Amino acid sequence: MARTAKKSLFTADLILPACRDAFLKLNPKELIRNPVMFVTACVAALLTILLVVGHDTLTTGFKLQLVAWLWLTVLFGTFAEALAEGRGKAQAASLRATKAELTAKRVKGSGVEAVPASALRVGDIVVVETNDLIPSDGEVIEGVASVNEAAITGESAPVIREAGGDRSAVTAGTRVISDEIRVRVTVNPGQGFLDRMIALVEGAERQKTPNEIALTILLVGLTIIFLISVGTIPGFTAYAGGGVPVAILAALLITLIPTTIAALLSAIGIAGMDRLVRFNVLAKSGRAVEAAGDVDTLLLDKTGTITIGDRAATEFRPLAGVRPEELAEAALLASLADETPEGRSIVALARDKFRVATKALPGDAEVIPFTAQTRISGVKIGAATITKGAVDSILKALHREAADANGGVATLARHDERAEQELRRTTDEIARAGGTPLAVARDGKLLGAIYLKDIVKAGIRERFGELRKMGIRTVMITGDNPLTAAAIAAEAGVDDFLAQATPEDKLALIRQEQQGGKLVAMCGDGTNDAPALAQADVGVAMNTGTQAAREAGNMVDLDSDPTKLIEIVGLGKQLLMTRGALTTFSVANDVAKYFAIIPAMFIAIYPGLAVLNVMGLKTPQSAILSAIIFNAIIIPLLVPLALKGVKYRPIGAGPLLRRNLAIYGLGGIIAPFVGIKLIDLAVSGLGLA
Amino acid sequence: MTMQGWTLIIAFFGVLLALTKPMGLWLHALYEGRRTPLHALLGPVETGFYRLAGIDPNEEQSWRRYAVHMIVFNAALMAFTYLILRAQYVLPLDQNHFAGMPEHLAFNTAVSFTTNTNWQSYAGESTLSNLSQMLGLTIHNFLSAATGIALAFALFRGFARREASGLGNFWADCTRITLYLLLPVSVVVALAFVACGVPQTLAASADITTLEGVKQTLALGPVATQEAIKMLGTNGGGFFNANSAHPFENPTALTNFAQMLLILCIGSGLTWTFGRAVGNTKQGWAILSAMMLMLIAGVAVCYSQEAAGNPVLHHLGVAGANMEGKEVRFGAAASALFAVVTTAASCGAVDAMHDSFTALGGLIPLFNMQLGEVVIGGVGAGIYGFLLFAILAVFVAGLMVGRTPEYVGKKIEAREVKLSVLAIAVLPLVILGMTAISSVLPAGLAGPLNKGPHGFSEILYAFTSGVANNGSAFAGLTASTPYYDGMLGVAMWLGRFFIIVPMLAVAGSLAAKKYTPATAGSFPTTGPLWIGLLVGIVLILGGLTFLPSLALGPIADHLAMIRGQLF
Repeated sequence: MARTAKKSLFTADLILPACRDAFLKLNPKELIRNPVMFVTACVAALLTILLVVGHDTLTTGFKLQLVAWLWLTVLFGTFAEALAEGRGKAQAASLRATKAELTAKRVKGSGVEAVPASALRVGDIVVVETNDLIPSDGEVIEGVASVNEAAITGESAPVIREAGGDRSAVTAGTRVISDEIRVRVTVNPGQGFLDRMIALVEGAERQKTPNEIALTILLVGLTIIFLISVGTIPGFTAYAGGGVPVAILAALLITLIPTTIAALLSAIGIAGMDRLVRFNVLAKSGRAVEAAGDVDTLLLDKTGTITIGDRAATEFRPLAGVRPEELAEAALLASLADETPEGRSIVALARDKFRVATKALPGDAEVIPFTAQTRISGVKIGAATITKGAVDSILKALHREAADANGGVATLARHDERAEQELRRTTDEIARAGGTPLAVARDGKLLGAIYLKDIVKAGIRERFGELRKMGIRTVMITGDNPLTAAAIAAEAGVDDFLAQATPEDKLALIRQEQQGGKLVAMCGDGTNDAPALAQADVGVAMNTGTQAAREAGNMVDLDSDPTKLIEIVGLGKQLLMTRGALTTFSVANDVAKYFAIIPAMFIAIYPGLAVLNVMGLKTPQSAILSAIIFNAIIIPLLVPLALKGVKYRPIGAGPLLRRNLAIYGLGGIIAPFVGIKLIDLAVSGLGLA
Repeated sequence: MTMQGWTLIIAFFGVLLALTKPMGLWLHALYEGRRTPLHALLGPVETGFYRLAGIDPNEEQSWRRYAVHMIVFNAALMAFTYLILRAQYVLPLDQNHFAGMPEHLAFNTAVSFTTNTNWQSYAGESTLSNLSQMLGLTIHNFLSAATGIALAFALFRGFARREASGLGNFWADCTRITLYLLLPVSVVVALAFVACGVPQTLAASADITTLEGVKQTLALGPVATQEAIKMLGTNGGGFFNANSAHPFENPTALTNFAQMLLILCIGSGLTWTFGRAVGNTKQGWAILSAMMLMLIAGVAVCYSQEAAGNPVLHHLGVAGANMEGKEVRFGAAASALFAVVTTAASCGAVDAMHDSFTALGGLIPLFNMQLGEVVIGGVGAGIYGFLLFAILAVFVAGLMVGRTPEYVGKKIEAREVKLSVLAIAVLPLVILGMTAISSVLPAGLAGPLNKGPHGFSEILYAFTSGVANNGSAFAGLTASTPYYDGMLGVAMWLGRFFIIVPMLAVAGSLAAKKYTPATAGSFPTTGPLWIGLLVGIVLILGGLTFLPSLALGPIADHLAMIRGQLF
């Protein structure tokens, strides 16, 4: 799926199929899913029949227009839904094309057999070679390969997939571009990631979300109330000695029932999911998207989200009696061969700040590589040995050397006591300030510490400030010790932190927050994240993560960017806001519609009621027609808003409500007064009524 | 309008606001079942009561159990009253030897008092024995009021409790409210009324000779006791047909002022209790502010219309305010204020004839009732009705802040929306439905005294008053026919219990929910924005539905009056 986010809402290739689908959706079986529009269609059908068989005081031309606008109201609604679905369908088509090509090399005995991907079952083992498309979702059980996942993520840079560890999951439809892997199939045909994506973007699997259901109930309730309100009018007018034609009653009913929001409701939902898909996040249900809007607590991994992944050296802290340049040079020599970002940052610091001129290691230098056992790296140049590493590791190494050198190094050991204590003090200080200390030693003698600092991402503090305004608490999750964690937390501006976090701690924290009535969002990738991902109300799994993590979360981020959690919350809120705004607008519209139709309806009975015609509409017919036209065309006018969503601003609930209430509440009351008046001018000017 | 009139109105609201917190505190003690100073005296009565009835006051009832007990209790009381009214001629204390009430009238009256409506199709002084008044009717004045307040408590608990299944105990709530609030206040008020000249006697009517030498029968009875609870419990059923316009029920301007305060004091106090119950009294004040806004606007319109008077009469040389159907000792301001207060609060007592108000002056009482008696409202009923609107207001606009709507820490979801809409839809369904039927059936058309839109208003007012459990009337309607007695009886029953049951279900559903602590991202339900939103939602969802009927009734009536046509 290529990224098509920039595509305009209204291009011919989207609009034309949507027009056709708008008619197909008139099928009563489909229409009844939207009760308000179903009522509208029934009324339109009734009036169409009455057009032929009924007789009243109205002119046929007027009734014809009325019927036409009623049908248009229904069609505008189905069109909005079709348009929203259309955008997803185009994406689904390209995904389907990918899927059609898939064949598999299934392991059979000692050889392999070629079978269509649809024949694969859970547990089958397949071989995938360079340039093959991976035939099914699965887990790498043997080998390492770089895989191009552009078909799913739109990102063409290849990613590594390997057996064991947290990067073992592969997705059907992605291409192996180097090496060969063996994959155990983990899903049956039709249940894979690709299938789920197709269903999602097409909207076929779309079920109404909890809020949508509640809203639909409200709309049905309002429709019933207005049915009563309109249905009792003939009784009242009979008392007054007059009558109202059915067509007029129908017009009043349709303008009063909340057709605007009802017509756009499903389009808003589809568009909300679509926005997420365009954002390269796959929500497994609409419920998850809504929950994202409700999130109270965000658990954010420090590395990659709050800080840039790598730490950088910012300072050298020599021990007493060691010149800073001496430490800088030793650190540089120990790091020249270290190609990690941390190592490079040490070299850069030594060169930039201390003007250490050494460009490269001398020819006789022997590199001491970093190993997981020693956790030390460095270099041997002639007789000199320079090492750097975690403080404890360096000290341990020094003690061992001292013991090995049977008594000959007694002088060194004497120094050790004091130097060690001094180093401890320095490194504690560094840790307290949020840094990570590395110790440097030369020939068994401690020189000092390197201050490695976590670099907090630019602008992240402001983001957290925004979240706080929206009432969302941020908790930083880190493996660092509490001292370091506290310092970084303060610098980044998170509300709280969980230090030395194990997966169990994470799970416990989520449970504790939920106990307090809060909704929690988090992201994770490893298998040990799976329980927490499942427990969180919004669990975003990284696409690079394990199959277990991807199964446990209720969203998958195809870009594997944990920062996106923040945007996901925004998208969830936007979806809810759009619904609320259009509902408020729709309900507020009723005031003007009453004032348009009531005087027009009763003026024949009590001419005095003309004073209620505050808009000064030309004739009763024109007033009714204008109201019904306004009611119809407001739907397509609001389609762009429904599809794009109301703009989300992180300004806190109070100001947000004030703003939206002014625009959609107050605006909803005023707009139809203006709109109906303008349409009335046009209608009466054109002599339509 | 006069300075004096406005002074009265402002003084009234001032005193009412001052009473809100003390009353709210007292109610909160009863809500929590805490000990009050009165327990020393009445505590043994309460426990004795429970022992006698075999009730465990600490037993928590689910919403279903609470509802069933409440309905069974009310139905039994209704049957009891029906029997007394039918058989009063064989029962004691029938000092004036009245006959038993006819079936339809007894049915209507029994429903009317059970539902806190106190719609009176009969004239008390010429129909009812003292036993019927005291035992048959006054008992409801206490217990229907206690039921209403107990139901409000149940809903408060729904909001306040977390992951709970119980809503309290109906019997304990009812007993405490009656014993520690309604009875003591009534005793004090009744004594004060007696001091002001309201009769309290079991003697038969007195025959006197007037100064003109004419013989006149003065109806007497235990008026003061009934009067106190009639107001305090927003019942409204007077001892006399003329209700609070009768000098024996409401002799002076002072009693008039006190009566209006009694009508609203529990209702306004309950808003405070609600705030306290959910842990933030600002929530209560916000609700009361929204109610007050509507109340004051109503008073302003009604008073200005009544003070302006009738232009047709002005042309005939009758200057001044519209005094038709008003007591001279109260005047336009006190009558307009009383009318708005009594209809805002499902009381239905009247100190002037609403039928004789100007068209728009009479529209305000009508509209107040059509909103569902939520402008402060009947004891208990007002606040629980209003909270249903609050739930819908939160739901409609709450999404606009980008969260699942919450109100006082509870998420508002499909079930609450469904039940609230169901409860609110009862009003238009029954009011408009029954008015429409009565507007075409011959039996219905026989009712109104007047022609044209005014006659229509009379029918509309009757059903509105019935469904809203108000009980006041546009007296032009002859309602004591089998048709109207029956229809209105059903209307009152539906208007009371078809709202209560969904409301209790909402309470049950809310109680079971987790508490969601408010954050900066939560929908703010205090402050001017929310108050404005509440008013808007009540007017649009509650009021707009009735616009066609109002247009054909009072509005058409008013416009005709301007052009010199009266009905």
